[in-house]
Amino acid sequence: MSFINYSSREINCKIVYYGPGLCGKTTNLQFIYKRMNPEARGRMISLATESERTLFFDFLPLSLGEIRGFKTRFHLYTVPGQVFYDASRRLILRGVDGVVFCADSQLTRVDANEESMENLRVNLREQGYDPDRLPLVIQYNKRDLPNIASLAELHALVNRRNVPEFEAAASTGAGVFETLKAVIKLVLIDLKRGGRQ
Amino acid sequence: MSHGNFILREPEYEEFLSILRKLLVDASAKVVFLVDKNGTLLASVGDAVGFDTTSLASLAAGNIAATGGLANLIGEKEFSILFHEGERDNMHLSVVAERLILVIVFDRRSSVGLVRLRVRQATARLAAVMAVAVAASEADQGGVEELTEADIESLFK
Repeated sequence: MSFINYSSREINCKIVYYGPGLCGKTTNLQFIYKRMNPEARGRMISLATESERTLFFDFLPLSLGEIRGFKTRFHLYTVPGQVFYDASRRLILRGVDGVVFCADSQLTRVDANEESMENLRVNLREQGYDPDRLPLVIQYNKRDLPNIASLAELHALVNRRNVPEFEAAASTGAGVFETLKAVIKLVLIDLKRGGRQ
Repeated sequence: MSHGNFILREPEYEEFLSILRKLLVDASAKVVFLVDKNGTLLASVGDAVGFDTTSLASLAAGNIAATGGLANLIGEKEFSILFHEGERDNMHLSVVAERLILVIVFDRRSSVGLVRLRVRQATARLAAVMAVAVAASEADQGGVEELTEADIESLFK
């Protein structure tokens, strides 16, 4: 649910990076944080365990400039990917405006991607969203590693909606901003329509 | 639950500010924030300089969400009040009208009892304004009508 403040002329949107454990959601945000102009981003918060696994969420606020006199602010969140943190994932999806599904391209993680996508759809439904209509972008991460699945195989597993998809290697930054730009565009187009009723 | 946009208009925003300003004085607080449950800051009054208000809003929402999850586990709908005591400053968080979070930062010049009393008084007024704001927002779901593809593209230049 986007929040439009007519008084302070601000549009606030929430984007959530979703995907299986260790797929690179936090790495996406870390790269965005490193490369964004410091004036355009706030502090990055990571609620993580001592071994740097996401415990609750990462949070990175971005200000991308103005549209028609409205400042645009995007709040990027990641969810904890590990299966047993499902309650936390549901909480973080509240009020979401757009989702980046980050898939791990490694052959050994193919099943985990499929399971996580199904989990996303279930959790969106539980929050009252239509998982077939919410702005969604898919990122096939870790394309720089050996032993990866083909794009066609990954597409068949997690992109049944045929939404925009991007190859990425978040550790080097490849594909990170292309993915972000695509989801922001979808969210703003949805905002123009007045959101999902 | 509708997932349309929530549009906060100037009159309700000003009313929120007016209630928060009174609460700030009555509770002898340092800062008062009004945050939505999705983690967006709606309004703040007091000396917010030095506070990262964006992070504060996000973490307050996360805090309320997590304790709400705990409440559900023991059969409670929600824990509507949270209190964090620090060495110098304290923080009182409470849920207003099911979708807002009222955050108050105060020090030794006030007390948790006083804050709690003043919050209770302000909550009813905030809830009434929120009801008007929600009704107005739901009646005006046209989104940002003038937004064009070119406008969106201009953000990335």
